[in-house]
Amino acid sequence: MNTVAKREHPLVLLALCWGLAAGLVMGLDGGFGPARAETAAAPAGQGTAAAPAGEAQDAVPHPGWTRDADGKWVNPRARTWREVREGYGGYTAVVGTAGDDKGVLIQNGGENWRQLRNGPVAAVAGWGLLGVVGILAAYFALRGSVRLDHGRSGLTVPRWSAVSRFIHWYTAVLFVVLALTGLSLLFGRHLLIPLLGKSAFAAYAGFAKAFHNYLGPFFGVGVLALALAWGRANLFAPREDVAWIKAGGGLVGKGHPSAGRFNFGEKTWFWVVVLVGGAVVASGLVLDFPQFGQTRQTMQWAHLVHVVLAMAMLAFALGHIYIGSIGSEGSLQGMVTGRVDVNWAKQHHDLWYDEISAEPPPPPATGRTPPGRPQRV
Amino acid sequence: MARMKFLCDAERCIECNACVTACKNENEVPWGVNRRRVVTLDDGVPGEKSISVACMHCSDAPCMAVCPVDCFYQTADGLVLHDKDLCIGCGYCFYACPFGAPQYPQKSAFGTRGKMDKCTFCAGGPEADGSEEEFHKYGRNRIAEGKLPLCAEMCSTKALLAGDGDVVADIFRKRVIQRGGRPQTWGWDKAYPE
Repeated sequence: MNTVAKREHPLVLLALCWGLAAGLVMGLDGGFGPARAETAAAPAGQGTAAAPAGEAQDAVPHPGWTRDADGKWVNPRARTWREVREGYGGYTAVVGTAGDDKGVLIQNGGENWRQLRNGPVAAVAGWGLLGVVGILAAYFALRGSVRLDHGRSGLTVPRWSAVSRFIHWYTAVLFVVLALTGLSLLFGRHLLIPLLGKSAFAAYAGFAKAFHNYLGPFFGVGVLALALAWGRANLFAPREDVAWIKAGGGLVGKGHPSAGRFNFGEKTWFWVVVLVGGAVVASGLVLDFPQFGQTRQTMQWAHLVHVVLAMAMLAFALGHIYIGSIGSEGSLQGMVTGRVDVNWAKQHHDLWYDEISAEPPPPPATGRTPPGRPQRV
Repeated sequence: MARMKFLCDAERCIECNACVTACKNENEVPWGVNRRRVVTLDDGVPGEKSISVACMHCSDAPCMAVCPVDCFYQTADGLVLHDKDLCIGCGYCFYACPFGAPQYPQKSAFGTRGKMDKCTFCAGGPEADGSEEEFHKYGRNRIAEGKLPLCAEMCSTKALLAGDGDVVADIFRKRVIQRGGRPQTWGWDKAYPE
């Protein structure tokens, strides 16, 4: 942002003074002056012009100067301060809470982190999420809810076991809490402080931070459980998935593409949860437990990864929540009661329905309807 | 109004850490927290240099810019202070600060950060000047008493200078003229780029 000249304003002033002063004190300063006088005299050609150029170059230009890797003369002091500006660390006896790089005098990464977080990350995430909400609202206004073509049959088949539903809602509730508290930390200063005032927002943000930090690892457990529970069923099946994509997933146009237990859209969301969600959890853990000596650079990167991936996940989640609730008739019922209408199964997951209804279970000995068979409710 | 600045003269600092101790004592900062630290470059090697560093009270303070609860404020003297009643201990100011100034007392299990603590230039906080609450949260308000930060006032070699930036720069300039060598206003290009 700042020009070099602007940045170095106090230095420039002092450098000018130094230049003047160096001339004045050249004869007084024991170590520094004479050496400078020598090198200054050489190019002026006061009787030493006959010295071969090579020899002049080999002479130490100033006391204490050393050669760098390229054989050029450098001022080691200048090197020290350059390295300090570049984040070179030193020794410090002081024990602080500043992590393992407390010997670093100037850490420059923070400014990049600040610019990225306050700038493009907040802007793209904020407008991006609003854009997703807008697209969903526009789609709902134009198309409305995707209805069951033949209405409800009144027969249901089991789709989600109690364990599956528990893992889903456990992860979902944590996700919503983490999303709201995380968004509060990113946007609260601009959106909530004007509404609540600083004190009330800070009180809320204190709780938000605590909830976010303490619940985050438990969300990780949910993601892991989801991966174990549904990972195999969400492996991509190229032929089926390509056909589903070509048909626009039933969202665009009229057709209802064939799908197994999970369609391509669900599979994509699943892998977003597992992979992107997993990365969000991993980066969150780096920030959550700062006592393992992480450097500031590590935490700056972890934070950027965390916020960018979390926002991407949130965009997908908005779509998932839409389709799972008002966007598609009969979907929510499955995750609430565990059973879906047969007509819903035929319309959205025909291959899966064929699969579960093809193999007739052994005849009921107890008179109870065995799991997997259509059942009147 | 004066623009308050710190300047550490690397040609004078002898790494005695008295500034660290003085700060800790004067402000009674929490256990494990050091608002100031001395860093020695090339320690044990000829030409080693030491620098005492704390919050530089930057002109365009990164901590202020990233704080999610907007708890920082800058005084007319250019001092960057914060309100511990608002701070939630998120650590963002620590990510953003180039000088590693923000510190956090470990408040509870799992490394949770407490409310941020940092150098106040001995200027306290938003509470009434010299009040009990102000001292408890932020330490001594020497500025309100017409005094400068204790770290600089009691520096035995006068390596650490604190006060009106123009006066500080003038003192340092005279030193450089006297002793020769290059001026090294360490950290100023970062903290005071204007």
